[in-house]
Amino acid sequence: MVESLLKTAPAAEGRDAEEDELIDGVVAGSESHAERLVRTHIGWMRAVAFRLLRDDGLADDCVQEALLNAFQKIGSFERRSRLKTWLHRITVNQALMKLRAMKRLNEQPIDPLMPEFDENACRIEAPWPRLASTEEIVERESVRALVLSKIGELPDNYRIVLMLRDIEELETAEVAELLEISESNVKVRLHRARSALKKLLEPLLRGEAT
Amino acid sequence: MTDGRRTGPMRWMKGMMLKHMPLMITCAEFESFILAYLEDELPARERAVFDFHLKICRECRDYLAAYRRTVEVGKKTFEDPAAAVPDAVPEDLIKAVLAARRT
Repeated sequence: MVESLLKTAPAAEGRDAEEDELIDGVVAGSESHAERLVRTHIGWMRAVAFRLLRDDGLADDCVQEALLNAFQKIGSFERRSRLKTWLHRITVNQALMKLRAMKRLNEQPIDPLMPEFDENACRIEAPWPRLASTEEIVERESVRALVLSKIGELPDNYRIVLMLRDIEELETAEVAELLEISESNVKVRLHRARSALKKLLEPLLRGEAT
Repeated sequence: MTDGRRTGPMRWMKGMMLKHMPLMITCAEFESFILAYLEDELPARERAVFDFHLKICRECRDYLAAYRRTVEVGKKTFEDPAAAVPDAVPEDLIKAVLAARRT
């Protein structure tokens, strides 16, 4: 399933000769081209893996496996997308496989963090005399760390969808295929994840907590 | 009014109005439209109904503003290099990948 996704990645934009030369070299077995590919891409791949796995060691394992996987498959890479897009999909897929293998994709309840409504289906929401600006919230490192830890509190099956859609910026269809769930399920999980995160971040958003 | 849990006849009237008047939706129905609204997937009529609800419902207006801010804050936080692993990739990791490729 993921194979087809990788082959049908978005059309390549601004394909350059240098990238083609790099891929051709790797396919031909050139050690120097392989090293160039690794050195060019391993940094951001490791960051993607870390965002999903939240562990340095696991992220390193993931990137190593993703790159070896890429080397094995690069001969069949159809170049309809940029190399970076293709490697991104492989990295995400490898991280998801790791999470599944570790059984970390648990189904924790998210209901306590969902919005509340009264008996007439009217929203129960305390007034917001003040909504802090994005800049105000993220300007301090300690607060950014708090936001990261709140995202980490989301149940994995919601956190992963939030990460893939909002942070990795994958399309709904791509996320559905990677996670082997329906597109409508992706949308439901994304909305619930954002709602839950809003609840978790409320003191920050109201400018009350530092 | 305390902590937004407004009670009494005004809130009851609002609930009845949203539930029964034409072109109105309840806050719970509004909730189910939010993602489609933000992704610009609502047909024109549903969008107009959604926008009208936003005009008359303070709670949903506040909620949606905070929801949007949450998404922005999440994205912005991950733009920070500290959210990622350090830029310097360990040399032994690079060597391990290249060695494994040769085997």
